[in-house]
Amino acid sequence: MLAFILRRLMQSVAVLLAVGLVSFSLFRYVGDPINAMVGQDTPAVEREALRVKLGLNDPAPIQFVRFIANAAHGQFGLSYRTAEPVSRMILERLPATLELSFCAALFALLVGIPMGVYTGLYPRHWTSRLLQAVSLIGVSLPTFLIGILLILFFSVILRWLPSFGRGETVTIGWWTTNFLRWKGLEALILPSITLGLFQLTLLMRLVRSEMLEVMRTDYIKFARARGLTNRAINFGHALKNTLVPVITVTGLQLGSLIAFAIVTETVFAWPGVGQLFIQSVQFSDIPVMAAYLMLIGLFFVIINLVVDLLYFVVDPRLRGQMGRRAGAH
Amino acid sequence: MSARTAFAQWLHHAADSDIWWSFKSSTTTVVAAAVTFLIIAMAFLAPVIAPHTPFDPGTLSLSDGLKPPVLISSDGDWSFPLGTDDQGRDVLSSIMYGTRLSLIVGFASVIVAMVLGIGLGLISGYFGGTTDAVIMRIADVQLTFPAILVALLIDGLVRGLISSDRHDEIATFVIIGAIGLSFWVQYARTVRGSVLVEKNKEYVQAARVIGLSPAVIMVRHVLPNVTGPVLVIATINLGLAIITEATLSFLGVGLPSTQPSLGTLIRLGNELLQSGEWWITVFPGITLALLVLAVNLLGDWLRDALNPKLR
Repeated sequence: MLAFILRRLMQSVAVLLAVGLVSFSLFRYVGDPINAMVGQDTPAVEREALRVKLGLNDPAPIQFVRFIANAAHGQFGLSYRTAEPVSRMILERLPATLELSFCAALFALLVGIPMGVYTGLYPRHWTSRLLQAVSLIGVSLPTFLIGILLILFFSVILRWLPSFGRGETVTIGWWTTNFLRWKGLEALILPSITLGLFQLTLLMRLVRSEMLEVMRTDYIKFARARGLTNRAINFGHALKNTLVPVITVTGLQLGSLIAFAIVTETVFAWPGVGQLFIQSVQFSDIPVMAAYLMLIGLFFVIINLVVDLLYFVVDPRLRGQMGRRAGAH
Repeated sequence: MSARTAFAQWLHHAADSDIWWSFKSSTTTVVAAAVTFLIIAMAFLAPVIAPHTPFDPGTLSLSDGLKPPVLISSDGDWSFPLGTDDQGRDVLSSIMYGTRLSLIVGFASVIVAMVLGIGLGLISGYFGGTTDAVIMRIADVQLTFPAILVALLIDGLVRGLISSDRHDEIATFVIIGAIGLSFWVQYARTVRGSVLVEKNKEYVQAARVIGLSPAVIMVRHVLPNVTGPVLVIATINLGLAIITEATLSFLGVGLPSTQPSLGTLIRLGNELLQSGEWWITVFPGITLALLVLAVNLLGDWLRDALNPKLR
């Protein structure tokens, strides 16, 4: 078990270093940081002096080590666009994105899994067929289009919900939250549905196909023969055995939720890190792009690690295997 | 034998095949194929059948601006059946030209991804060793990130490397390259897997013994064995590529508004959505959704039809 975790940690560090190399190459080879710092008519000698002072003339490997060390301290320099520290810009906007992704994931899990269980248990019922058809359309609609259509219906025509911004927020320390004000919660509804809908359909289809397979197995028949209630069979036996793939997909999708938040944030003018990233792509603001990339890389690595550890919690066979293997050594 | 009888024979053979039978027997698939075909025809005949040339400023008149669709409002004008945008551009014609661009970018980026993926997959599988390890580790790292993020990153990179007015000129190629580069991994993995299976078979060994070069062996002998799965991935990727292009254009980092694809049209219309001019956004949106849905249905069918386990 410990050896397994250590090996996964090593792999995570390797992935992060690779992402760091990409970020560093962006810094090193795209655009010139000196241009962003000095005026147009600064003489070449002064530029060269600045270059030496900032260590830009050092060999690339040394600069890379320095870059990684700074990144580990959360320092990514100044934005080319606003001249603010990148770390502060990202930290200010991170709560907005995390709260949005969290709500979207919650929505996808709480609606998607029950829908999947239902359509898996009663595959021939007309509501299941309807849900299946709707989910196919859900997969084919791009996220931004779903957002626009929701805005059209609920903001423009019905005027029920706000169409942009975070509404009211409360600041606790450096964290700004939507959860403590009614207007803030209201503003979360449409963006969360938009962001979570694709994950919802994915989860529903996955749980459905897993349920269909599990319900055919002998131990379900045996559980029925033992006279267990439907509830105990459906949830205690069947659903439990569909959880391993569900956890994998949820984990991997959590990462893409944070990435697809870029699109949702643009549609709803949501002031998160995704919006910041789009602005920096448009202005080719390399420090912000590099920092965002490292941040997303870190999220992905952590999520993958947690997913791997969750397998042990959910699947007793894995625990047994690992224990035995460890015992044999 | 003349070309015509050869074609007739091929047609006869095709009509007898399993694939054709499975196609015919699925109503959804036939409808999806018909919709795909209609949209492609509409897009590529745009210069002939579109009622207006929406992006020629000479033909536009601001007095035609913001006309609603004819079937919904009596203010509509029959020469603009789906209404006009704020510049007086006909929405229907914009959709036709926009779909054409979306399809061109979609197909081209799938081809880029396919060529790149197949090439790297063949090299990786055939040569093995360090080459294989390097290519597959790059693939692993790239796979941790969603394709849209990779495409955004490549686009941002190119923007940093060239000036912005040059960028508008080559925007189409940048987008094709960015999407192509973000989808190659799946092809490479599939092809590599098949190469690993095929390369130890007797016919490949025989080809090697008679002195054929690795390139010839790969292209003539190994590649034909992977066309099925590659075709399935390509069809499913086409839908994804069209969505990715639309999303990038919607975000304002794709095609410029001088060459609007469906995504650009939706972005431009979105700015007017709050004031109630919904048709400028909704009609391109419906076209995009229909196109992607139809292509996805075709992809699903192809995957099942070519899967020997399900036969």
